[in-house]
Amino acid sequence: MIELQDVAVGYGGTELLAEMSLKLVPGSFHFLTGPSGAGKTTFLKLCYAELLPSSGFLGLYGQDARTMSRDDIAQMRQRIGVVHQDCQFLDHLSVAENVALPLTVAGKPIDGRELVELLSWVGLKAQMNALPPQLSGGERQRAALARAIIMSPEVIVADEPTGNLDWEMSLRLLNLLVELNKMGKTVVIATHDLNLIRQAKAQVSARVLRIANRRLQLAGADL
Amino acid sequence: MRLNPFSRELSSADRVVPPTGFTANLTVLTAAAMAFLAVFALALSLASGRLADRWAYALARSATIRISAPPEQMEVQTRAVLDALATTPGVKSYRPLEDDEMRDLLDPWFGPDLPVEDLPLPQLVELVETAQGIDAEGLRLRLAAEAPGAVLDDHTRWRRPLVAAADKLRWLGWLSLVLIGGAMAGMITLAAQAALAANGQVIRTLRLVGAQDAFIARAFVRRFTQRGFVGAALGTGLGMGAVALLPAADAAGGFLTGLGFTGTGWLWPLALPVLAAVVAYGATRAAALRMLKGIR
Repeated sequence: MIELQDVAVGYGGTELLAEMSLKLVPGSFHFLTGPSGAGKTTFLKLCYAELLPSSGFLGLYGQDARTMSRDDIAQMRQRIGVVHQDCQFLDHLSVAENVALPLTVAGKPIDGRELVELLSWVGLKAQMNALPPQLSGGERQRAALARAIIMSPEVIVADEPTGNLDWEMSLRLLNLLVELNKMGKTVVIATHDLNLIRQAKAQVSARVLRIANRRLQLAGADL
Repeated sequence: MRLNPFSRELSSADRVVPPTGFTANLTVLTAAAMAFLAVFALALSLASGRLADRWAYALARSATIRISAPPEQMEVQTRAVLDALATTPGVKSYRPLEDDEMRDLLDPWFGPDLPVEDLPLPQLVELVETAQGIDAEGLRLRLAAEAPGAVLDDHTRWRRPLVAAADKLRWLGWLSLVLIGGAMAGMITLAAQAALAANGQVIRTLRLVGAQDAFIARAFVRRFTQRGFVGAALGTGLGMGAVALLPAADAAGGFLTGLGFTGTGWLWPLALPVLAAVVAYGATRAAALRMLKGIR
């Protein structure tokens, strides 16, 4: 579903990442680690084509990302749920409307009961009519996760989803992602929190990828 | 009041962009001002058109023969002219002007008490042409032979520049409308670009969740189209009211008092809000799609 073959990505003449090859198989669970500034976010942006490679092949659901039109990429994003560290919401819309946004932009009908079920699953039923600025950090992350999965995407990409959360809230979010993986979703989480990775490994078979020296490496030993 | 999250409004594309007071007011105000000016440009154009048509039509089919002769020959030469006209092809009717009509003609310059009958004024003969018209040069030659004091004035010399001026005024009116439309498109484009720039975060979020260009553009386009229409409707209403308050057409006032709309001409300004909406739609859509090209 997402495949990189000898991918390099640069910006303004500077090469940020190079020689990256990876194939994400359906139902897999990956952690992406590396020091701050190593290029984790850049790698994830490649996964949903916010960035395109400067060389190499990036395949998204069998299509070469570099030949996809903007509308093709938009449609492809309906199949990849993205959770950002800074959780971008439309602050004038309620939590429920924000969570349902992917359905709105796809022109799909919104099933109120399913929406409530989803909000209950992430523990936000009581906040469904609240505005995003009224949510705490953990609530925002869970709302972002609910929005990322409302279209039932095959892949969920999360960029430092627990970066601003306390341990208890981080575990709660991780459990949700693990649960999704058990449902067959492919999950990629960028994090530098080794405790979180250890916690996940106790529940699910996860692979750890590491970005160092502008290269993507499979971590030598499972944590 | 908060939205019911399950209402149909939840799925509306319109709501994804937050309302922006500044650009909303700017667009409505711009559209209103432009429509107000457009009403006057339209009134000018239509009035000029009427004037050009009237001059072209009314004067093209009439001519005047002026007979200047000593008093003792005046009647003979007048008779000769009338005889010539009776046998001239293309003449529909003709008649010598009476003293009262001569007095009316001179009244604006000399007042109503001018003793026309005591003055050595030339005799005027008015003739109306058929659709085919007369051979002006032929008639001039014949008059020169049969009534040497008679001069044919077919009004061409002064009619042409007047008709040309009125025609140019009409086109200037239309040109003004086009320029006003262009200026409105420019201002709405700027307002739309400001709104798009102010909502960069919203657009990026929409992109992230898979919104296509058309969806994002639609949210902005619909708003600006509505604002353009509402503003233009207000401006058109005000403009029509102002035109209605202008003095009514009257002969003494000439062109300036005939600047308003007449009859079905009042329907023309009603097209302005629709045109403004079309302009706003095109300008906003172009601005939105141009900007979206830069956001992946």
